[in-house]
Amino acid sequence: MNRILEKVSVTPEIFTMKIEASGIAKKRKAGQFIILRVSEKGERIPLTIADADAAEGWIELVVQIVGKTTKLLSLLEPGEEILDLVGPLGRPTHIEKVGTVVVVGGGVGIAPAHPIAQSMKAAGNQLISILGGRSKDLVIMEEKMRAASDRVMITTDDGSYGMKGLVTDALQKLIDEGLKIDLVVAVGPPVMMKFVSLLTKKYDIQTLVSLNTIMVDGTGMCGACRVTVAGKMKFVCVDGPEFDGHEVDYEEMMQRQCMYREQEKESMDRCQSE
Amino acid sequence: MEEKKLTPKERLEIPPQRMREQTPKDRIGNVEEVPFGFTEEEARIEASRCLQCKTAPCVQGCPVAIDIPAFIKLICEGDFEGSAKKIKETNILPAICGRVCPQEEQCQKTCVVGKSRKSVDEAVQIGKLERFVADYQMKNCKPEAPHIKASTGKKVAIVGAGPAGLTVAADVRREGHDVTVFEALHKPGGVLIYGIPEFRLPKAIVEREVENLERMGVEVKYNMVIGKIFSIDELLDGDYDAVFVATGAGLPMFMRLEGENLNGVYSANEFLTRANLMKAYSFPETDTPIVKLRNVAVFGGGNVAMDSARTALRLGSENVYLVYRRSRAEMPARVEEVHHAEEEGVQFLLLQNPTRLIGDEKGWVKQVECIRMELGEPDDSGRRRPVPVENSEFTIDVDAVIVSIGNSSNPLIPDTTPDIETNRWGNIIADEVTMKTSKKGVFAGGDIVLGAATVILAMGQGRLAAIAINEYLSTGEW
Ligand code: FES
Repeated sequence: MNRILEKVSVTPEIFTMKIEASGIAKKRKAGQFIILRVSEKGERIPLTIADADAAEGWIELVVQIVGKTTKLLSLLEPGEEILDLVGPLGRPTHIEKVGTVVVVGGGVGIAPAHPIAQSMKAAGNQLISILGGRSKDLVIMEEKMRAASDRVMITTDDGSYGMKGLVTDALQKLIDEGLKIDLVVAVGPPVMMKFVSLLTKKYDIQTLVSLNTIMVDGTGMCGACRVTVAGKMKFVCVDGPEFDGHEVDYEEMMQRQCMYREQEKESMDRCQSE
Repeated sequence: MEEKKLTPKERLEIPPQRMREQTPKDRIGNVEEVPFGFTEEEARIEASRCLQCKTAPCVQGCPVAIDIPAFIKLICEGDFEGSAKKIKETNILPAICGRVCPQEEQCQKTCVVGKSRKSVDEAVQIGKLERFVADYQMKNCKPEAPHIKASTGKKVAIVGAGPAGLTVAADVRREGHDVTVFEALHKPGGVLIYGIPEFRLPKAIVEREVENLERMGVEVKYNMVIGKIFSIDELLDGDYDAVFVATGAGLPMFMRLEGENLNGVYSANEFLTRANLMKAYSFPETDTPIVKLRNVAVFGGGNVAMDSARTALRLGSENVYLVYRRSRAEMPARVEEVHHAEEEGVQFLLLQNPTRLIGDEKGWVKQVECIRMELGEPDDSGRRRPVPVENSEFTIDVDAVIVSIGNSSNPLIPDTTPDIETNRWGNIIADEVTMKTSKKGVFAGGDIVLGAATVILAMGQGRLAAIAINEYLSTGEW
């Protein structure tokens, strides 16, 4: 079960992993995620599903090494199995034909943006993707995103690829072109989602963001994933992961994500010295 | 061994045997179980206190109606294994129930010995005897699978491997039906694993009970969230003839106070899950972290609040405050748990209520503001309603808060199965006797029906459901 079929490193810090998981592959819809655990003493971490093939029975994850668990995951080789894999979790993206949809993906956030772009396009929307990264090698999944989009814009912080600047600059450009945007879906680092939402709010463009918080069970039992949306307590694993970007309390969410920074560092240091 | 013939009067004069325990000082330094359990000698003396009443009021007090006088009699006779078997005719999880059931409100409450000695505390300690024989059997006897009837070819899906689900699994399997249990987490046991701490219920016991079920041919599938990977309809349209929904407690409730999303603020569910299921008490040996807990405030007065407070002590907290808005007499926790918590150094702030949480500039909780309360007129629950004393606010310094005021319901199954009726709190509505839901072939029990209840009530519902499921599968009548 949960056998690794393929592992490809994208950058020293990012890799993609194809995992045999026929049940999840069949059921998952755009916007959903999984939780996995790599060892008996391991923690449970949520990861979004970047791609899947129901017929072949696999799902694909795009993982950035940020802590011990992602590090251990990166050390697993094809043929090995992932100890625990549960999903699909979360509510799927509400897919509907609205007209023109701009999907914004930042860094590894491009991975979860991919199935959303695919489904939105399949529903008959005109699909524009904006892919952003710090530098060229961090703009991942470009080919797949091109296949899912009518138009792709690329931005890098350092100008090493595409337009120099942030995803919000590209979005502003689209707005300035006079394009009528009906929906923006943003997935990426919280700051990015925050600034995309601030921009679209100015122009009154409906915006969805997909949140990735700390989780434990992922089934609506523990409350670790709680966020404030429109002044109300919401649980990302059962009410989300997508929410109205204009209503999310990003500051609080970013703060909560730092809750275990010290311990994460300790864990990682130990792991590296082993 | 021969049993001495005692007169009832002599029996009534035997003092209750008290279980030896780890000292409070020792036990907060480890996660081992607190009481050691009876020796054979102690168990036989305690058992000899039972009057073997014909009317057996204790049995009426037991949600699963264990034949209490019979199993106690076997202890008197020295047949400990036989005694364990006797219990297992009605209760498949005696090692667990002996530890976590609130016997003082059930079987022991109605015990004639306690009544005549004028204190529940002096009743025959049925729970401790139950624990003794169950532990004895586990330690000394060969595991044996109970008799399973010939296969019926019928299949039952059970959603959730907690107390209700496991009870149904055993009772339905015994009738010869195939049973698959779908568990969302990576381990079985539900609240027995993620919620109740090791020092109250060693996890090895839960694992052994589940192994027994597997030996009976029950299949447990982990990491399967029903409502996501399969809907209830898919289970019914597929292989299964009946489904029992026992998904347990839902989303934790918070108090809607300012500052509840500050860093360092946990629900009891999350705190206990990190500590128990994920073994955060061994961090960094294990990978799941928990925040530093020097000064901790726990909000609530139930068993889960006690578990949280006592777990915090074992994780190294210096000060653990338990803030409860009523007085000790109204605390819903078991007396035994309150007593243990107090012995271990949990500081009770009674008749006080948190009003807001105050954070530092980095978003970490640093203080709790509370207000003093006094008891006013009785409310709907019959308990005197606490009312705030004006201008009596004060603050305590904390670096973590654990909110333990209960759970609402889990939305996953109702959301994906609209034809299962729920009440206004989102709990599944099930018939009190058969545990049938509004959907044909679907039964439900445990916390998803009861709200937050106890392990034994969940098991009691499981027993009822199993009877009804077995009947439904044999007659086909809904
Ligand atoms: S992760 Fe536990 S409730 Fe969402």
